[in-house]
Amino acid sequence: MQFAQWLEHARGHLERLGNRVTSAVWRIGFASRFLAYLVMHSGTALRRFRLTTAEIYFAGVLSLIIIVVSGLFVGMVLGLQGYETLQRFGASESLGVLVALSLVRELGPVVAGLLFASRAGSAITAEIGLMKATEQISAMEMMAVDPIARVVAPRFWGGVLSMPLLAALFSAMGVFGGYLVGVQLIGVDAGAFWSQMQAAVDVRNDIMNGVIKSVVFGIAVTWISVFEGYDAVPTAEGVSRATTRTVVTSSLAILALDFVLTALMFTGGNKQ
Amino acid sequence: MQQSPIVEIQNVSFGYEAARPVLREVTLAIPRGSVVGIMGQSGCGKTTLLRIIMAAYMPTAGTARVLGAATSTLDRERLYAMRRRMGMLFQFGALFTDMSVYDNVAFPLHEHTSLPEELIHDLVMLKLQAVGLRGAAHLMPAELSGGMARRVALARSTALDPQLMLYDEPFTGLDPISFGVIVRLIRELNDSLGATSIIVTHDVQEALGVVDYVYFMAAGRVIAQGVPDEVRGADEPFVHQFVNGLRDGPVPFHYPAPEYGADLELAGS
Repeated sequence: MQFAQWLEHARGHLERLGNRVTSAVWRIGFASRFLAYLVMHSGTALRRFRLTTAEIYFAGVLSLIIIVVSGLFVGMVLGLQGYETLQRFGASESLGVLVALSLVRELGPVVAGLLFASRAGSAITAEIGLMKATEQISAMEMMAVDPIARVVAPRFWGGVLSMPLLAALFSAMGVFGGYLVGVQLIGVDAGAFWSQMQAAVDVRNDIMNGVIKSVVFGIAVTWISVFEGYDAVPTAEGVSRATTRTVVTSSLAILALDFVLTALMFTGGNKQ
Repeated sequence: MQQSPIVEIQNVSFGYEAARPVLREVTLAIPRGSVVGIMGQSGCGKTTLLRIIMAAYMPTAGTARVLGAATSTLDRERLYAMRRRMGMLFQFGALFTDMSVYDNVAFPLHEHTSLPEELIHDLVMLKLQAVGLRGAAHLMPAELSGGMARRVALARSTALDPQLMLYDEPFTGLDPISFGVIVRLIRELNDSLGATSIIVTHDVQEALGVVDYVYFMAAGRVIAQGVPDEVRGADEPFVHQFVNGLRDGPVPFHYPAPEYGADLELAGS
């Protein structure tokens, strides 16, 4: 009898697990079809570029303060920590190299991506979700206007174009922060700081790889943001949950993609 | 020769889940030029029926013919072409909150026409004048009262001079003045545009003053129909209870529950 009960219990657990896996796979499939449809119906967003420009302002320009300030502080901390470590080996003049490579290869795209997801991604999800909850999306459908082409696509392209620029700005501010602390505050030689950085940072292997990462993160974060908003349950609680999911999923996606991209870019490079 | 109805619903059934049908073999016809009310209590399926008419949902059985075409046969392009000949007023207006009143009304004109901006301006002013809000063109939706928002939405939904107007609970939450304004506008716009209007509502007395014909729905079926005077005098128990706002009748006041005494744990219950 007890065994039968246990079996029934286990069957229930297995069924729930199966349901979860099925619904997760279904959701990934739905999100992929959504992305394909969105890209195919981006004509309006690109033809009437004014719509996309407005979204670049909301996603990009309004994220400038958090990106600039964070970049500066991350660079300053790198300057302090880097100097502390490098001077033990008598290599404090390589501080510029350490700061620049850390930023353009990793911290720039990753931290800017995480900040972008929290600042702009959550706002995109909340805005689309609230448009759905207040029937603005249905009203658009009823006016024979495709909401994916008119509302979602400009936000998607606005985010995709903003993210690499924000990541570049984050890295530039970080380098400046490292310079402020390393050269101006601690007294590392300015010539060595800049010339070693210039010699060690490679445009194709370092900067371009960083740019590729920021483009990939931009696509991932904006895709997740617009999808979660469009798929949100049209209630206050539904929009709140969707916004939370955007930040959590985007952050995890950035970290996972960063590992995969780093493995592909830099491991492959070292072998050659 | 008599014109065919603008909307023909024949034996339409629909359910969000297969096990729970919301509409059960609904049949009705909306003649051209009329203002028709679809009434019933919340959850009776009237909004679902409206969504079937606007082709947001497809019937699981039966046929919905709107503006001469069966909705289930339309591809996206023809569906949008059909919707360009329809207007819809949502329950709370559904104005675009990031656009001014002017831009909201101009939206369908910008999206579907290539008219010069001066002409669009004149058309928007014409539509806003019709709802009495020309002076509010520069305001944002957040600055409007509920009644004003509904009137702006009405101006927007008539921007392309639709042949068929759909109203989803247009009287909900309106003060008596706004209500009177909306009722008059629905009739005036219907007659001046030569359109047909379908009003889905549970505000019976208010709606009976404006409609030409009424369908009553309960539990997903049409249970009564007629002109307003017939409905007012109807002896069908549900319609009588609904029209007169009676507490008890076929729709009980109490939700099914165990014995009251048992819930209060009274001795002897």
